[in-house]
Amino acid sequence: MEVSFNDVKYTYPGGVEALKGITFNVPTGQSLAIVGQNGAGKTTLVRHLNGIFQPTSGTVTVGDWTTAGHTIAELSARVGYVFQNPDEQLFARKVFDDVAFGPRNLKFDEEAVASAVTEALEETGLTKEAQSHPHHLSLSERKRVALAAVLAMKTPVVVLDEPTTGQDHNGVRMIASIVKKLREANRTVIAITHDMDFCAENFERVIVMAQGEVLADSSPENVFNLPEVLAKARVEAPQLERLASSLGWKSHPMNVDAFVDNLEAKSR
Amino acid sequence: MIKLSDVSYAYPDTDHYTLTNVDLDVPQGEVVGIVGASGAGKTTLAKIISGFIPHVDGGALSGRIEVDGINLPESTLAIAVSHVGLVIQSPFNQISGAKFTVREELAFGLENQGVEREEMATRVGEVAKLLGIETLLDRSPYALSGGQQQLVAIASMIIMRTPVLVMDEPTSQLDPGGTRMVFDVMSKLRDSGITLVVFEHKVELLREHASTVHVIADHQIVASGPARKVLSDPRLEKWAIGTTRYTRAAALAEEKSLLPKSTELPVSLEDSIDVFKGFKNLKKG
Repeated sequence: MEVSFNDVKYTYPGGVEALKGITFNVPTGQSLAIVGQNGAGKTTLVRHLNGIFQPTSGTVTVGDWTTAGHTIAELSARVGYVFQNPDEQLFARKVFDDVAFGPRNLKFDEEAVASAVTEALEETGLTKEAQSHPHHLSLSERKRVALAAVLAMKTPVVVLDEPTTGQDHNGVRMIASIVKKLREANRTVIAITHDMDFCAENFERVIVMAQGEVLADSSPENVFNLPEVLAKARVEAPQLERLASSLGWKSHPMNVDAFVDNLEAKSR
Repeated sequence: MIKLSDVSYAYPDTDHYTLTNVDLDVPQGEVVGIVGASGAGKTTLAKIISGFIPHVDGGALSGRIEVDGINLPESTLAIAVSHVGLVIQSPFNQISGAKFTVREELAFGLENQGVEREEMATRVGEVAKLLGIETLLDRSPYALSGGQQQLVAIASMIIMRTPVLVMDEPTSQLDPGGTRMVFDVMSKLRDSGITLVVFEHKVELLREHASTVHVIADHQIVASGPARKVLSDPRLEKWAIGTTRYTRAAALAEEKSLLPKSTELPVSLEDSIDVFKGFKNLKKG
């Protein structure tokens, strides 16, 4: 499902202008990463997709709906939003019930609920914790419960707010493979992240934000080759891009294989 | 400065040990990194070094724990916190909840110690400048973003000027710029004689700032040594910590005979430039 922002401005009740006219659209099945410093407006922006925020001016569309005409509950059937802080999202006494909450609300029948929950827990490595109390889990596990709760709703659009925060190596790999699966299923994925290596390896498009504005919008190869934009947004290029540029290479390797392929080509 | 000998610990009402037979020796004025997968026992070790275990969490603790000359388990939490500050993992839980502004929040610990108002104001100003949060001083701690709250939580510990600081994933919510700044602040504090123990997943930054790194896996310390040596160890993949892309790229290049076999793979950008510059020369030669 396609989503779009059309000259979206948002001013907080206290007067802070968080978004200063944002326009872009994300076609069905695209994976987009949004990067930029803390306070750039990234979370404010994506919270418009499921109606938590409504624009002060401009419009946000999700498929054939304009968000202004729909409730959060209605939009939740189209946009699954995984909070940055899982404790804002989880409330049940059992992991299973937290994950089942969304599909039940979307009126899945109990059989479909059970299979959606089982699948989501498996994908997030939490099968064994189905009967645990979410608050007995670690922060990284609670974050994965919050992710499972959204995956189980099978929404055409999935929004992940800093999914890799606090995850160890295996956790990050698990999330990378979930993003890959969502892409393969032609679901639209939008993620906010501070992990540029994760971003370079798993997303086809990157938007850089600073102070409520879009500074750059292109492929990871292009975006991470804009040192001035990155500096303004307090973002660092991924590790291998920094290395290639320090070595004076003209290519922009976004992952280990691409870097070594380049090296091989140079040795011939 | 910190000395743990044969430390084991089990949380109350559990039948398994979260840490077993841990030995740790941290000299004064160093930044020491501790890495480990989620659930390996990092937060537990952070609480032991700062006295929260056993004084808050209880449980079965054995072995000897000495920090800044104090035998922590035999001491009290009030004494422990005057020697060692703990920055906890979730900044929203570190904030006191008792104060309306960041300025008051930062002064909270000093107020409890009976520090003079004037000095309190000076120290709040200094720490706010150090972490670049001057513009947040009059905001409510709860109206801040996750990253801003994390900087306030770090500032609220630095301001106490304890000789030892323990930080449990202090940069998890920060953007790359903020993360670098916090690591630079750690190095500055070290230069002023403070001892820092940092629990982190960010291997590249630990390589740049920590002298020594310890690895926790399966409830034990399984590797210790100079940062580059430990952080380039291929077993880091197995321990679910992971190596940097620099290390992985060099390892793959060695495997394909594009680089000569090295004794120590690169971990940081600087390490890698040295290694791959050599590649260029080899080709020309």
